[in-house]
Amino acid sequence: MKQKEGVIKPKTKRAKRFLDNRAPKLTENVKNAMIMKGGNTSMTVTQALKDIYALKKPSAVLYKNITLKYNIFIALPFPITNIFCLQEFFSKKTDSSLFLFGSHNKKRPNNLIFGRLFDFHVLDMIELGIEKYNSLSAIKNSKCPEGTKPMLVFAGEAFDHDDDHKRLKSLLTDFFRGPVVPSVRLAGLEHVLHFTALEGKIYMRSYRSLLKKSGCRTPRIELEEIGPSFDFVLRRTHLASDDLYKTAHRQPKALKPKKKKNISHDTFGTKFGRLHMQKQDLAKLQTRKMKGLRKRRGPAAAAEGETSSKTAKVEVE
Amino acid sequence: MAACSIEDVLAKAEQDEAEKLRSITVQKELDLEFDIGNLVAYDKNRIDIRQFREQKKDDFLRSLARDNTQLLINEIWKHPTERVEEVIVVKLPEPTTALPREKPPPKPRPPTKWEEFAKLKGIQKKKKTNLVWDDVAKNELHRLRNIARAQKIKVPGVGLTPTAQQSTTDLSRAVNVAKVSTASAGKFQDRLPKEKAPRNTGKKRKFQPVIGNFSSEKQRQLDLLKVMDSKKPRLDVNKAVNKQMREDDREESAAKFRKGGKKGRKGGNFSGKGKGGKGKGGGGKGRAGGKGQGPPGGKKGAGKR
Repeated sequence: MKQKEGVIKPKTKRAKRFLDNRAPKLTENVKNAMIMKGGNTSMTVTQALKDIYALKKPSAVLYKNITLKYNIFIALPFPITNIFCLQEFFSKKTDSSLFLFGSHNKKRPNNLIFGRLFDFHVLDMIELGIEKYNSLSAIKNSKCPEGTKPMLVFAGEAFDHDDDHKRLKSLLTDFFRGPVVPSVRLAGLEHVLHFTALEGKIYMRSYRSLLKKSGCRTPRIELEEIGPSFDFVLRRTHLASDDLYKTAHRQPKALKPKKKKNISHDTFGTKFGRLHMQKQDLAKLQTRKMKGLRKRRGPAAAAEGETSSKTAKVEVE
Repeated sequence: MAACSIEDVLAKAEQDEAEKLRSITVQKELDLEFDIGNLVAYDKNRIDIRQFREQKKDDFLRSLARDNTQLLINEIWKHPTERVEEVIVVKLPEPTTALPREKPPPKPRPPTKWEEFAKLKGIQKKKKTNLVWDDVAKNELHRLRNIARAQKIKVPGVGLTPTAQQSTTDLSRAVNVAKVSTASAGKFQDRLPKEKAPRNTGKKRKFQPVIGNFSSEKQRQLDLLKVMDSKKPRLDVNKAVNKQMREDDREESAAKFRKGGKKGRKGGNFSGKGKGGKGKGGGGKGRAGGKGQGPPGGKKGAGKR
């Protein structure tokens, strides 16, 4: 990658800003995806790639006409071969860290490979085969506007139990989640992507949610199917090793939230604070003034003495 | 009776509440897990395969999706909302699922040459305040300073009261002031071999500005013309008297000297030239002497009278 201090030094401020945008940062940009097809693709695959590109716009790049000289794509990545140099090259060009590669051959018909990169090297790759596919254009309904942040739902035990499925869950979240925002317009929560894992197959459906009036503040949901619907079958996977995966997750220290010391909460949620005092001399503590309890000297004392004797007399009587 | 009715009322109230919430409640065995920061919900419930096969796949999936989405929406609606420019917006918390980064975290930049130098010398960054030098105010400041200095003539200023950092000009000025403050006003003070003569000593001439007060300038010019026009000489009586006395004294002394001088010269072997020369010299001397003695002579004369 043309780094700032490396091959090319930026001569204009615009160039510097551009390079800074692509440099490693504390909080990162939205992940870009590059969508491309291999030497041989069927209509299904082409259409599928187009649909997914539509879902992922604007943070996706669709390569229409790459003539990939190496048909090594077909003899897929195990072990990783030169393709990745090509993919890495393209990823550096467009600053993408996600890719979707579509291909078709007799052995593996309608193949889609979802993958992600870390530092422009391959991190994870999962191959899914399309068994059944309904395109965007086939389903005739009004669609969601481009760029809405979708809600994702993962259903099925497999997403919790099986390692491959877990990675797939993470990869799909990464792929489809969109930019991370601090707040979201309530009326704009329209798009729902629902993934169901059942019997080794993964069903992906895309709905438009209609918020209907219910008796209370929270609306009732009605769903309308819009987008592409896929029936995937999980084929091969190439997952990152544990330590590479850990390295990829390492967050810079600056992002860790600073812990405020001396603040604690009890079970009821009351907030407690701790104050640290110097050692106090309890004999010299300033307490409240109780004027009435002060000792009085002189005639006042004598008067008290008399009265007490008087009272004593009375009692005797 | 009353007790029954209260119970009935409560039961009815509960029923109404349940009715209200019925449209949005969903029954699930296991609660879903949510990551609201990413708008994600994880449903871990077992999916009934038989049901899945009985129904049409899509319908089954759709109802499942509807239920899950309802629960997700319920969860989102629990979060605080605010109004931003006529739009109601819900504030999302931080995302909880750990997703791998795109690039490794940024490495700290190596310190620049200046930063290294500053560290070496122990220079700290000083934040400049947002004050800007005002040109108009500068003149005002200097003027006030001058006035203050002028009014403090009695107090020794100009470097005799030492400030923190004294420049060479201040010190040289202080030296000159010290020199002049002797009994004879610095006339007999020797200078050091390499010491330079003091500069800018002497009266500073003050000039009126070119375009100043028009009326005063006019007045001045008219006065000047008046003086030039008037026939009367501008006479300073005192000066005139003194001058006259000086002249008289000079003449007196000159006359005395000539008499004395002639007597002395008759008896001698002097040539005419010599006499003439002497006379001239004598005359010159006498004159000079006369001149020199003039004012003292004049004064004496004035004193006598």
